[in-house]
Amino acid sequence: MRYLPLTGDDRAEMLAAIGAPSVDDLFRDVPEAARLSAPVDLPYHLGEFEVEQAIGAMAAKSRHSGVMASFLGAGAYRHHIPAAVDHLIQRSEFLTSYTPYQPEIAQGTLQYLFEFQTQVALLTGMEVANASMYDGSTACAEAVEMARRITGRHRVVLSGNLHPHYAEVIHTLAALHGTEVVSKPAAPAGEGDLAGDVDGETACIVVQYPDVFGHVRDFTALARAAQAAGALLIVAVTEVVALGALVPPGAMGADIVVGEGQGLGVGLQYGGPYLGLFAARAKFVRQMPGRLCGETVDATGRRGFVLTLSTREQHIRREKATSNICTNSGLCSLAFTIHLSLLGEAGLVKLAALNHARAVTLADALAGVPGVEVLNDTFFNEFTLRLPKAAAPVVESLLARGILGGVPGARLWPGDPAADNLLIVAATETNSEAEIAAFAKTLAEVLA
Amino acid sequence: MMNRQGRPSTPGDASSGAVDTVLGHRGLDHEEALIFEQGQAGRSGVDLPDVPAMASRLGSLGRKGPIGLPGLSEPQVVRHYVRLSRRNYAIDMGLYPLGSCTMKHNPRLNEKLARLPGFADLHPLAPLSTTQGAVEVMGVLAHWLKVLTGMPAVALTPKAGAHGELCGIMAIRAAHVARGEGETRKRILVPESAHGTNPATAAYCGFTVDPVPATADGRVDLAALKAKLGPDVAAIMLTNPNTCGLFERDIREIADAVHGVGGYFYCDGANFNAIVGRVRPGDLGVDAMHINLHKTFSTPHGGGGPGAGPVVLSAALAPFAPLPWVVEKDGRFELVEDDKGQSFGRMAAFNGQMGMFSRALAYMMSHGADGLAQAASDAVLSANYIQARLSDVMTASFEGPCMHEALFDDRFLKDTGVTTLDFAKAMIDEGYHPMTMYFPLVVHGAMLIEPTESESKESLDEFIAVMRRLAEAAKAGEVERFTGAPHYAPRRRLDETLAARKPVLRWTPPAPAKAAE
Ligand SMILES: Cc1ncc(COP(=O)(O)O)c(C=O)c1O
Repeated sequence: MRYLPLTGDDRAEMLAAIGAPSVDDLFRDVPEAARLSAPVDLPYHLGEFEVEQAIGAMAAKSRHSGVMASFLGAGAYRHHIPAAVDHLIQRSEFLTSYTPYQPEIAQGTLQYLFEFQTQVALLTGMEVANASMYDGSTACAEAVEMARRITGRHRVVLSGNLHPHYAEVIHTLAALHGTEVVSKPAAPAGEGDLAGDVDGETACIVVQYPDVFGHVRDFTALARAAQAAGALLIVAVTEVVALGALVPPGAMGADIVVGEGQGLGVGLQYGGPYLGLFAARAKFVRQMPGRLCGETVDATGRRGFVLTLSTREQHIRREKATSNICTNSGLCSLAFTIHLSLLGEAGLVKLAALNHARAVTLADALAGVPGVEVLNDTFFNEFTLRLPKAAAPVVESLLARGILGGVPGARLWPGDPAADNLLIVAATETNSEAEIAAFAKTLAEVLA
Repeated sequence: MMNRQGRPSTPGDASSGAVDTVLGHRGLDHEEALIFEQGQAGRSGVDLPDVPAMASRLGSLGRKGPIGLPGLSEPQVVRHYVRLSRRNYAIDMGLYPLGSCTMKHNPRLNEKLARLPGFADLHPLAPLSTTQGAVEVMGVLAHWLKVLTGMPAVALTPKAGAHGELCGIMAIRAAHVARGEGETRKRILVPESAHGTNPATAAYCGFTVDPVPATADGRVDLAALKAKLGPDVAAIMLTNPNTCGLFERDIREIADAVHGVGGYFYCDGANFNAIVGRVRPGDLGVDAMHINLHKTFSTPHGGGGPGAGPVVLSAALAPFAPLPWVVEKDGRFELVEDDKGQSFGRMAAFNGQMGMFSRALAYMMSHGADGLAQAASDAVLSANYIQARLSDVMTASFEGPCMHEALFDDRFLKDTGVTTLDFAKAMIDEGYHPMTMYFPLVVHGAMLIEPTESESKESLDEFIAVMRRLAEAAKAGEVERFTGAPHYAPRRRLDETLAARKPVLRWTPPAPAKAAE
């Protein structure tokens, strides 16, 4: 078997050195009744070519974004990833290393984590960022937990325009602690002021920027109101490229900023693995979840990097840890940081501007389709349409014509009739102007 | 000597006979400045089409100032990361004996298949009719996991082992709540030897953690466990094989005892690689168990993640599994996203770690039922071989056969002036990544060695020779070899106390006055 180096002779010699009659004998602590006498009922080993054929046949059953024009967003965005990113993250030294617990032989990982933390802090406009969480939704739920710890309060207010999956994850965790979660109703045409929902019992208020319908709002006043009431403002960003074009949440006064970093370097991957971004004010750093990389010096005074402030973490603090997270999204943070290094300041700003321009073109084109209403005054690369009929069957009709025409409201708010006619549509640099024109024309045909 | 960044760059210490080099590089080992210390405004490694002029719809929220990112061309970026990569140890370079972490070979076929656009270029909210390939992988993976564990159900979405623990404990909690016992069952028993994520998970879910002591032979003390059982016990979280690398012989009795008081048995399956294909947790009385696909099924650790932590569930817990899940109907697989029923809800956005599912399935199909059992056998054989060949010079913590990892403690270093940490750092000089140190907590100065099935006998023999020589050197009083180690790594020992005392967690631009000099 190609992955197993030991030969029959090796095994015999090793057993002799151990003084055991057989490998089965080494399993003698397993209760007799639980020892299988024959392989389980699954196929036997296969050669590389056969596995490639079998799994390739499965992949061929998908119709992926590359073969159709795709306007899907709602928390995951299709961006072009430079070839260098995937090459570099497959360097053995990155791909096949463990968490950098032995810093002297993990400076490669540690230095990029330090750079990653810096990039995330700069993008979000925050003072500190950690070395990643699983994804945006879990980062968001952890931010809520962190706000509970900091404030000692147990009431949480969620914007109705927070991605419903994110809200559900918060609800799931909140149920564990009896946290009161106040979810505002979704406001597809834009949400009103939430300051009135924050009271003296509130731990935090969670908003999304741009929100799930694409609206871009200034949270400066909300931050002030929340903080005046002793609560924290948590801002979730599901499309990180937007931060190349927008005022960063930190500049609005956010206390914690979480994000989905998938848009840079990571790709769509049917939803995972993704990359949770987590940034906060420096004064909260000891309440943060996850790993932190810090600068130090070695015995000869040279700069180096280590994992630090681990007394927050499970391997040191056990039941008193700030979170149970251990494995995070290491390699995705590498992909993100390489993509962002390639873009640089000028590249990211231009990429963001291009995304915005494509979305403006798309919104104007779709607004011209009879019966279609664009619900946004403001947006970055995504906005919401109200169709004259249910959006889900329209999406199926568009699909039949080779277009992935957006995420229907029913997919995110199943069973809510108010969402049925909504269609969330995104455009990125991967959508050409020709594709955009074809989408508008096809939508008109489908609706006619 | 200072380099351009005003950083000290003395290569090595004088006693090693090293010479100063102009830039601090040493042959193939390059000093590499931070990406922020390189680059020029206006440079970019990406060419994008011109942006058509149009009125902004950002309202008043267009970015006002610069972000502060450096600009570099593609060759500069590639060089930066290649240089950084060379400062890492990796399985592809050598034996990586980190106990509990299972650093086995990562087949490149898996990388290739995970990148097929039919999996990698799928949007998580794409119409279900377009994502059949991905959902089929999920369905087939679920089948393999259920057959291998002998469990009736599996929740695929947890994103790593610890997230799987959260899933399992939430399912257990939901089951107690459904029985009207949510308020009374507040205690979870966790052996002292457990991984930190176990108590952290239990506490995170609002339970009190009640530690269970170990016996002198490294296993759960059954009598002590039984004495702790009562109607307020929600569950036990037990790792098996345990973190000492031992199989819990009393596992059935433990399961029965916990079930006897109405509690559930959560098994930490991080060490499933020792028994896969040979023992089914379902036959041991397990109610829920996470499987680290990044351990047992070889998805790469990637410098700390990502992983995937599917959780197999007993029939009693299956109804509470998190959304979404996959069902098979007439040979087709369907993703169920919104049939809430008794589910405890959603643990993360979207559908789980698809990129890990395809890799793990490729690994499983490559090995097959026969090869997976052989891999477990070889892993156990190799660990026992190491234990047998080192026990006369190092101190094995427990007698008898181990499973996939061999646990030593620091008794053999007594009075040598060498600690477990020193010993580990000396291994770096010998070209090895150290074993897991100071875990589990139940023995003093723990050294947990897990060779995995990926090592040839020649590789194991070399490693054994090095470990024997180091053990002898420690006993012979060659203290500097240890306390000064590592001597031959890109960095000498790093000051972790300084890092924690004065945290510098990001680069900040040099003060303007300094920049002007
Ligand atoms: C015994 C044990 N349990 C749980 C975990 C946690 O798994 P993960 O890092 O995937 O969250 C680990 C991994 O380090 C482990 O070794």
